[in-house]
Order: sequence, then structure tokens, then C-alpha cells
Amino acid sequence: MFRRLTKTFSRPKLCYLIKNNNLGGSFSNYRSIVPLSTTNLALKDEKVTVTFVLNDGKSLETQAKIGDTLLDVVVNNDLNIEGYGACEGTLTCSTCHVILKQEDYDRLPEEPSDEERDMLDLAYGLTDTSRLGCQITLTKDLDGLVIQVPETINDARS
Amino acid sequence: MTLKVVKAVRRTISSACKKNLQVCIVGAGPAGFYAAMHLSKNVQNVNLDIIEKLPVPFGLIRYGVAPDHPEVKNVINQFTKVAKQPNVNFYGNISLGKDIHLRQLREHYDAVLLTYGAEKDRLLGIENEDAQNVISARNFVGWYNGHPSEQNLKIDLSSKTAAILGQGNVALDVARILYTPIDDLRKTDITECALSSLAESKVRELYLVGRRGPLQVAFTIKELREQLNLKNCQTVWRENDFDNIEDTVPHLPRPRKRLTELMLKSFKQGNVLDDCSKYKIFKPIFFRSPKKFLINTDKQVTGVLLACNKLHGDNWVTQKCLATDDTEILNCGLVFRSIGYTSVQADNELSFDNGVVPNDKGCVLDDNSEDKLAKLYVAGWLGTGPVGVILHTMGNAFQVAKVMCDDLKNVKHDKRDGFSAISRIMNSDQIVDWNGWERINKYEIEQGQSKGKPREKICNVNKMIEVAKCNDMLIE
Ligand SMILES: Cc1cc2nc3c(=O)[nH]c(=O)nc-3n(C[C@H](O)[C@H](O)[C@H](O)COP(=O)(O)OP(=O)(O)OC[C@H]3O[C@@H](n4cnc5c(N)ncnc54)[C@H](O)[C@@H]3O)c2cc1C
Ligand code: FES
Repeated sequence: MFRRLTKTFSRPKLCYLIKNNNLGGSFSNYRSIVPLSTTNLALKDEKVTVTFVLNDGKSLETQAKIGDTLLDVVVNNDLNIEGYGACEGTLTCSTCHVILKQEDYDRLPEEPSDEERDMLDLAYGLTDTSRLGCQITLTKDLDGLVIQVPETINDARS
Repeated sequence: MTLKVVKAVRRTISSACKKNLQVCIVGAGPAGFYAAMHLSKNVQNVNLDIIEKLPVPFGLIRYGVAPDHPEVKNVINQFTKVAKQPNVNFYGNISLGKDIHLRQLREHYDAVLLTYGAEKDRLLGIENEDAQNVISARNFVGWYNGHPSEQNLKIDLSSKTAAILGQGNVALDVARILYTPIDDLRKTDITECALSSLAESKVRELYLVGRRGPLQVAFTIKELREQLNLKNCQTVWRENDFDNIEDTVPHLPRPRKRLTELMLKSFKQGNVLDDCSKYKIFKPIFFRSPKKFLINTDKQVTGVLLACNKLHGDNWVTQKCLATDDTEILNCGLVFRSIGYTSVQADNELSFDNGVVPNDKGCVLDDNSEDKLAKLYVAGWLGTGPVGVILHTMGNAFQVAKVMCDDLKNVKHDKRDGFSAISRIMNSDQIVDWNGWERINKYEIEQGQSKGKPREKICNVNKMIEVAKCNDMLIE
């Protein structure tokens, strides 16, 4: 299912890329281009709280719209997570890697697709409860979600 | 008011108040941009100048990443945001070692970061490697992606059988571009010249030759899955190549395990080739090292002599491959060499060893460092060697930028004047700035539109400069 989603997303994004390259715009108009699931229209004002815990220990707590992906949340709220979401949710970069608590991981409505697992396999510090933030859609249920953003470097290598 | 004026004004204002730190980054690929992203956010009063050999930015994002993977290139949007910050400048068409020397940069900046990548192909060092139609994969990739230095590539695609030596992601990129239906490629930003050559390609049997076994392949699972799913293509594995592999699978770490399982699944599905003429055939083969290229009297390649290898050792990570006395001949009229890259020593005052700049967490280990010279750093493929995807290059660039942030707090020498000094040293008429790139970008997108392509790249440096300098085209 996610695969199909990604596919339908990639075309408008392409236009976005072209437009953006030209004008060199910012991420602020990103949201209007990404079509959100239409079933969420009725819920559009409902918000949940999510907290990103960064690898330097800093926490970023924010209000997020139900129906948004974690990537949308980072982009729309201008959260300062360096390099996050390089491919803009098209499942080709793994920079949106997050680690969840086991119980949160278990209660996500969708299991990761093969394509998501393929990308996760590239990430440093992969765990059994790792996911890609661009593939997690917020539901009401997930209010209070705490998300750990892992280190992007492999210290063993350096 | 143009961006340039705004930037100039802001610069004057800020330099009037405080000492501005001047940092130069050499190479506008992912490593350079990611480092700039971190430095511009985390160092106060810093001015960052990104110097690039080509008139256009983005390095391998533009000239490496395959044209049928436009999503990967979305990262350009983040880089564009970095370049548009008032304290970041792009100066294209300046080559380190040619237009400007390392010493000059180190005299006029507070810190210099080298991120100029690894552009040279590694050679096999075997007989007849210079035969016609033995093609470097990197040259081929540069050619179809419109790199100005690769546009004279001589390639003959009229042979039915071809071989790719090497089993990394670039090897799979080459395979996929050769086998993707031409009408799908027409919708990408692949060059017109490459399109017309590929449209005539007769290749229907393509080998992917690996030195070691299925457990040691260097490509990643996403790329393999894509290759296996390619329309009109059948993958045929060799019968004995997977002996004993299945028993090892449960003991592998997750990424290697999933990759191996995917190969095994494809292997077990077997090859139900009902109608051979319908399919192009993809044949990964293992345990073979090229010993020499076979040629005809015109010095064209006609095949590869392969040594048969055996793996020694129990652990798949440390297994060594040794050649046996057995050999095999692979007849083919086209060979791609895709066994990796190496960097070049761009400036003779740069320490250089084994294809990389020796460094400790990005600090260049050089002994002739004089006090008055700026500290020297290296990030990306030039420092790590040519391995890893953008994600890994990003991690490395951030790490090096962090080290630089700390060091920049303790800069001792006098104020440096950065690019204003550099532009006095060299002919600044040739420089293409960010506005120039935006003109090129706009032009390329326009040229692509009529063909239904995202862009048609300009493949010639002079033309790039001409478009960049075209003043009457205003950027809205
Ligand atoms: C063919 C190919 C395909 C790839 N595809 C993918 C992919 O799909 N996804 C992915 O995640 N990763 C991919 N990668 C890996 C990715 O491209 C690298 O991780 C990354 O580009 C390395 O960044 P870099 O900045 O170190 O080098 P580069 O990207 O090579 O940037 C170096 C820059 O320095 C410039 N330069 C060179 N010499 C000089 C000089 N003397 N003076 C000034 N400037 C100079 C170059 O022109 C270039 O712009 C691919 C790599 C290759 C080779
Ligand atoms: S944003 Fe690139 S994989 Fe999620």
C-alpha cells in the first residue's frame, strides 16, 4: 500500500522539484503540494503531541496533525533535525530513520513494507523497532508518541 | 534588489560589527553542501564560500545518480536552501590546483574543507585493458548524465553480449540503464545523445561478474529488487553459485540476510524462459576474476579471460578469494569496468595516500602546516574513500563540520579576507555564481519541456558559461 502511495506522490513532487529548483523556494510550500489522505479531511483540526528526542539529548515537542507523516511534522513545524527527509518521502534516502519504543512500534497500524525495510537496511544503528518517519502516519491513537532520532554516523568507522 | 546585492549589503553590515570567519569549501557535491548546512547553522558570523570545478553544483547527485531515480535528487532542494542563505556563496568554474592553489586558499581563509570527491576510475591492471569497447562504468554514467568531460565517449552497443565487471550499485545502474525500455528513459533527464545510442542497443545478454560469492556482493537490496523486477528482463543465476549459501543465511546480520534471501528466492524461482526472444537476459556470475581482455586485430574487445576463484575461510566477512588454475572465457563485444574509484591529488601541496587524503575525523594529517596557514579538513569520498550512499556521506560531512565548529572558536591568526582576495588572484570573469546556476537551471528545464523531460542538460562548459552570463534573462 505504501508503495502505491509513494508512487502517486512522486509525480507532484517532481513538479515541485522543478518549480523549486527554478525559484529556489523553501520548504514552506511543501505541504500544499503533498496531497494528504482525503479521508482525514473531517479530522483536519485534530492534533496530537509528539516528541522527537535527538541524539544530543535535546527534545523537540510539537503539535502534529492527524494524518500527517512524521516527515510532514518535521517539515511543517520547521523542526531543526539536520538533513532529515532528504528524498522528501519517496523512500530513497533513509535520512528519516527513527527508533520507536517497542509498544509504540507494535501499535502502529501498518507493518513496514519490503521497500521500507530495504531502505532501513542502509541506516546506521538499525534496531528491531526502527522505522522510516516518512512512512509513519499519525493517528489519534498515537498521541504522546516519543520518537528517537538516531545518530547519522557510524562511530566505529571513523 | 538582486540576491547578490542583498548578500553584499548584509555582509558589509555584519563585517562592520564583528569579525567574520571565512571558510572555504572545495567541491559542491553532497559532502560540501551538508558541511555548509551544519556550519552555516552552528558557527556565528561565518561566511562560507563553496568553490566548484564545474559551472554547476551538486556533484554526483547531478552526474552520478541514475536518471531514472529522480526521487534521489530531491535532496537538491535542501542544498538549494543552504546555498540561498545570505552567508553562503557558490563560485563555480574554479578548479583547485588549476585556477587556484591550496596554499592561496589557506592564506586567505580561516579554514579550508576539501570535498572534491573521487573522480578517477580504478583500473584492473590487466592485459588489453585499453582495448576498444572496454568502457569505464564511471565514464559511461557521466556520459548518459551529461557530464561535460564524458561527451566524447566512444561506445559500440551493437554486440549481443556484454559484461559488467564488478557487483556494486554502479554496476547495477549500468545494467538497468542498458535494459530499461527506451520509452521509459525518454521521460528522464538522460541526454538526447545517450538516448539515441541506447535506442540502437543490441545487447540482450548481460553478465555481472563478481570476484567473490553471493554473500560478498556490494550492491544494496533496493537496487537488486529493481533489477529483478525490470520489465522484459529475466535474471538467470548459475547452478552452483549458491551451494552452501542457504545454511549461512540464519547467521547473517539483517541487511545481508535480506539481500541474500532475495537472491536465493530469485535463484529458486528458476528460469522459465518460455520465449527467449521476448526477454533480455541478466546473468550475475560469481567467483570469477578478469585475467585479461581478448581482442581482435582491430584491438576491439572480443571477450574476457576469467580466472575461477575459490573462497577460503569460514567467516563470510573475512573470506579471501584465491585464484585456482581453472579459467573460463566469456565471449562478449562490450565490457564495463565497475570496480570502484579513487581520488586525485588536486594540488601538489596536499598530502595524499592510497587514493584518499589521510585524516583524523576530517582533520588532514599534514606535517608542513605553518601557523599562518588555515587549518585543512576533508569530508566525503575524498576522505572516506569512494564508498557509501548519500546518507553515509551526510553523516561523515556532519561529523567533520562539528569538529570544524569547535576549532573555529579558537582561530588565532589575523582577520582573513576570503574570496575578495581570491578574486584578485584569478580571472574572475569566468566565475559562475548561484544566479548563474539558476539561469542554467531555468534554461535546462525549458529545453526539456518540449521533449517531456524534466530537463535537457547542457553538456558543454562554454555553453553553460554563456547561459549563466546572459544578463538580460532576469530571474524572478
Ligand atoms: C554512479 C554513481 C551513482 C550513485 N547513485 C547514488 C544513489 O542513487 N543514491 C545514493 O544515495 N548515493 C549514490 N551514489 C553515491 C553518492 O553519489 C556519494 O555518496 C556522494 O556523491 C559523495 O559525495 P562527495 O561530495 O564526497 O563527492 P561528489 O559528489 O563527487 O562531489 C565532488 C564535487 O567536487 C568537484 N570537484 C572535483 N575536483 C575539483 C577540483 N579540483 N576543484 C573544485 N571542485 C572539484 C566535482 O565536480 C563535484 O561537484 C552514487 C555514486 C556514483 C558514483
Ligand atoms: S524521507 Fe527519504 S526515505 Fe523517508
